[in-house]
Amino acid sequence: MRNAFADELTKLGNEDSRVVMLSGDIGNRLFDKFKDKHPSRFFNCGVAEANMMGVAAGMAMNGLRPVAYTITPFVTTRCLEQIRTDVCYHEAPVTIVAVGAGLAYSGLGPTHHACEDISFLRSIPNMVVICPGDAFEVRGALRAAMQQDRPVYIRMGKKGEPVVHKGPIADFKIGKAITIEEGSDVCLLSTGNMLPEVIEAAHKLKEKGISAEVVSFHTVKPLDEDKLKQAFSRFKLVATIEEHSLIGGFGSAVSEWLADTETKHQKFLRFGTPDAFFKKSGEQEYAREVLGLTGHQIADKIIHALS
Amino acid sequence: MNVAVRSTAAKPDVAALKAQAARLRGKIIEMSHKAQAAHLASSLSCADAMTAAYWHVLNIDPKNPTDPLRDRFILSKGHAAAALFATLAMKGYFPIEELDTYCQDGGRLAEHPPANLLPGVEAATGSLGHGLPLGCGMALAGRIKGESFRVFALLSDGENNEGSVWEAAMFAAAQKLENVCVVVDYNKWQATARSNETLMLAPLRDKWAAFGWDAHEIDGHDVGALAEAMQNIPNGSGKPVALIAHTVKGKGVSFMEDDNNWHYRAPTAEEVVKSFKELGLS
Repeated sequence: MRNAFADELTKLGNEDSRVVMLSGDIGNRLFDKFKDKHPSRFFNCGVAEANMMGVAAGMAMNGLRPVAYTITPFVTTRCLEQIRTDVCYHEAPVTIVAVGAGLAYSGLGPTHHACEDISFLRSIPNMVVICPGDAFEVRGALRAAMQQDRPVYIRMGKKGEPVVHKGPIADFKIGKAITIEEGSDVCLLSTGNMLPEVIEAAHKLKEKGISAEVVSFHTVKPLDEDKLKQAFSRFKLVATIEEHSLIGGFGSAVSEWLADTETKHQKFLRFGTPDAFFKKSGEQEYAREVLGLTGHQIADKIIHALS
Repeated sequence: MNVAVRSTAAKPDVAALKAQAARLRGKIIEMSHKAQAAHLASSLSCADAMTAAYWHVLNIDPKNPTDPLRDRFILSKGHAAAALFATLAMKGYFPIEELDTYCQDGGRLAEHPPANLLPGVEAATGSLGHGLPLGCGMALAGRIKGESFRVFALLSDGENNEGSVWEAAMFAAAQKLENVCVVVDYNKWQATARSNETLMLAPLRDKWAAFGWDAHEIDGHDVGALAEAMQNIPNGSGKPVALIAHTVKGKGVSFMEDDNNWHYRAPTAEEVVKSFKELGLS
């Protein structure tokens, strides 16, 4: 996702002279092409995220389209007040791009994990929250973010995730979920970097004779309400899957929507991370296994719920 | 390159500025009394800097408050909103009568400057340590777009407690933002204690200088000196400029001066009359 982001950003920078890149001292060589072409529009803001976010807001309030980028906790919780007050209160069109969502940087420990950011950011007025499911969705999200006039948060995985879409998504739209595989028994609503696990879960379910629809629910705010209505009316089980805390994330957003709209539904499962720091060493695959977030574990739990 | 048309560096009319500063203080005191709102003393300590900025320095047109080439003035110490609102009204950004709605239900004049609501307010402030990063972003936007406007940020001394101020200070120096000027309203008090007994600011000029700024100490009640120093931005040093303005909290009213109770207290009708007498206002 990271390389797709840098590449798409360079293209956008070529097309639109308002695009400015702010990095919190990461992405060694990642932005070389952008820097080469637009040296006056690239800023390494150092390890000073509060300032970076304020600078981005000041630029956006004066006609530019800044992108502020660093590792997820540092570009979200570290400078949360700047996001809330400088960016969102002013409705400044800053695009915040985070790398290492959820447990992508599992091995680096809880300082670098990000399982609370969706919760924080979606509660701020004027903020849009997008969790792309693969590299093509990252490109679509970034392009869509630049075409509107408001704050956007894009929550990426890291690099090397499996690509799900076959090519560029021509009609990527903020707030419009994408059906990846059609099904008829259960509906798996995936947000962000969990998408490959969810596809694997669907395949495991198919082996057991259960037809699963897979949806990349990339925008957590605003929710695609049409898709939710359809999912809860059509399927005997709907599940939300995210690499984020069960408190305040995508599953919470859908639960709130269910309560507020008094939507009748059958079974509803939420997959996410528990209310605990993941302190043990190990990479993302290990962490997912421990937390029950791999494709086969998701499938098993759904089979159990249906039985 | 769009070069802002700037008034020639005329000598400030000190007598006129002093008279204007007194009128501004009077208006602030009236507002505080009527609304029974806090932060009167904080508003009075920066009244001379506000006067120098708005009545001599800034290249602004109240009839065209969003002119891309205007100088930007950010009241980073947003709790002195009364000083900003009174200034903007007196400059004609909105009707002077609207000041009567300060802190009243449903108005545009809350206790801190709002975002995207009131003409002339460049940034919503109130949480400290935000104005300078925003100002750096504005200055860079100007640089990228070829607009040579200047950015002034008025900070409180207590605000220098915030780490984001120093992040921005290092950033502005690295980017050589010579169009940026910080004025620190150094009134030696923060909300509940002497500032240097809370977090050690001294030597404050040296700190700003060490962070890469062209830093100067100045009498924050000398409107003429403030006007000249602020008008001289950029000043040829190639660096952002910090003016450490020594001030007195509650300046202009003897019984408020350097008495930190007036951080929260609002004056009675009788105290308003006394204040006006001292300020030479009727």
